[in-house]
Amino acid sequence: MSATTAMEVNIEARRILAVSISKLYASRSQRGGLRLHRSLLLSLVMKSARDIYHSSRESDAPSEAQSPPEEPMDTSSSPELPEPQPEPLSERNSSETAVKESDSEEEDYESDTTEDKENLSPARQSRKRRGKASAAPDFLPNKRARLEPGEERYAAPVASCRVGAGESLTTLSLNQVIPAF
Amino acid sequence: MGEDTDATPTLNHHGFLPDHNYVTEADIISTVEFNHTGELLATGDKGGRVVIFQREPESKSDPFSQGEYNVYSTFQSHEPEFDYLKSLEIEEKINKIRWLPQQNAAHFLLSTNDKTIKLWKVSERDKRPEGYNLKDEEGRIKDISTVTSLQVPVLKPMDLMVEVSPRRVFANAHTYHINSISVNSDYETYMSADDLRINLWHLDITDRSFNIVDIKPANMEDLTEVITAAEFHPHHCNLFVYSSSKGTLRLCDMREAALCDKHSKLFEEPEDPCARSFFSEIISSVSDVKFSHSGRYLLTRDYLTAKVWDLNMESKPLETYQVHDYLRSKLCSLYENDCIFDKFECAWNGSDSVIMTGAYNNFFRMFDRNTKRDVTLEASRESSKPRAVLKPRRVCAAGGKRRKDDISVDSLDFTKKILHTAWHPNENIIAIAATNNLYIFQDKLNSEMH
Repeated sequence: MSATTAMEVNIEARRILAVSISKLYASRSQRGGLRLHRSLLLSLVMKSARDIYHSSRESDAPSEAQSPPEEPMDTSSSPELPEPQPEPLSERNSSETAVKESDSEEEDYESDTTEDKENLSPARQSRKRRGKASAAPDFLPNKRARLEPGEERYAAPVASCRVGAGESLTTLSLNQVIPAF
Repeated sequence: MGEDTDATPTLNHHGFLPDHNYVTEADIISTVEFNHTGELLATGDKGGRVVIFQREPESKSDPFSQGEYNVYSTFQSHEPEFDYLKSLEIEEKINKIRWLPQQNAAHFLLSTNDKTIKLWKVSERDKRPEGYNLKDEEGRIKDISTVTSLQVPVLKPMDLMVEVSPRRVFANAHTYHINSISVNSDYETYMSADDLRINLWHLDITDRSFNIVDIKPANMEDLTEVITAAEFHPHHCNLFVYSSSKGTLRLCDMREAALCDKHSKLFEEPEDPCARSFFSEIISSVSDVKFSHSGRYLLTRDYLTAKVWDLNMESKPLETYQVHDYLRSKLCSLYENDCIFDKFECAWNGSDSVIMTGAYNNFFRMFDRNTKRDVTLEASRESSKPRAVLKPRRVCAAGGKRRKDDISVDSLDFTKKILHTAWHPNENIIAIAATNNLYIFQDKLNSEMH
């Protein structure tokens, strides 16, 4: 990176994350269905932005209490979480004939400004699901999807996307953003 | 490069209103392909139509009318469909057209949208039987009592009619969106590639295909790359290459195994750690891959560069050409306006000495591999009067020294993108698709390949 301060990088990363999320959301209504390649690229950008955001935050506030690092995702079991987390972000990849699109990006995003829950180093892959739904078996659809009033019903269940512009960041498991076909 | 290119009249799909910048989306050209002799040029558009142009034979009386392309046939290849199981609309946009080598009087081409590939037969009819006994000229059945003598129908010449009929429909083999098709040099098989799988078909068999590459992970959350393009080797019917969104190329040999998940060669350039940014992955995704005519080299296009690879060297490309490096500092804006996802194609000339690819502002670029010279040209109505010689263009960095006629990076029109280009197999004739317009340029001075 160039000589930009960690703060500027931080702001930039948040902005890119917000743009990416809105793109992901918009791509759901695209004609021809979700494009896997595009979704993958979007998730990679979001991952970079998230990693950079968090690493710049860590460098900004090294004295913050560090929570124990999360365990890596285990696809077969439902691990207990060390701390309560925002809602999970994706439904699991069920069978190939599953009709549902991934609503991961539309799950409620909650602010985690009060506590630094995201202590993963950029290198660590976080594929962990969080929240109550992780207790459910993998193949069941995520029950968190719901409609907000006034939202058009798409073929796939749509949950709300309450992303405050650039303000709320989540512990995104970006690998889960890829839609399940 | 020194070539003088001049323009044949631009061919316009209807729907373009010159007073406004409004273009009917269905008219946007989505693929361009010459056939093996260069006599025919096919374009596909977002509305699912295919337009075929034919080159007029050279006329001795009017040397300037030699080799112009005129519309030969237009047909609706694909219609919008609806997948009821997934509640998804299937776009009718033609993603790719590939011609089959000509084996008889008729021409055959494959066209594909996101899900279905079709084989079309294009044939000419210039004679018509006349003198039927039982029906009259309009085809109405004659009153038997009026028939007093027997006649033998004869073939009479008629105005040329081009008939297009679908001969095969290859459907239901792809879960993901088809991005490439490629005809094998054995002229019996072809492959179709989607984001995660590549299937091998026999041209005569539509109810089944063989899956030869499958990169779908057991858990979709582990997905890290997708297939972006695939092509058969021009001479070796067992070899093909596919590119990935990670910027790698894989050469596969079908003789090694039934499922070619394991590559024979992996072409990858190590990433420059200094150039890392938020968008490094996006700009390294390969949008097109083409074998050279010789079969010795590969040409790839990613967002900012075009690269030539030697099949014998996997560690790095032989040559790297900067297409529009001035965009490197603008990646964030290009991400916001979605331009960073644009998939540019690339093309070889017939002798593999020059490569061509498109850019923004209706610019396209040509790089001469031998002289290392390059040129930027523009495909636009204003600069392309018939017989006019194209003027090389230059893009200068914002705030930099500006020559007359230079254009600054900030004035580039990013809605005018040249994604699809094609080069005549033998001559210096190129076809450029600029949104809904097709431009055909010929190099008059150097018509023959050196």
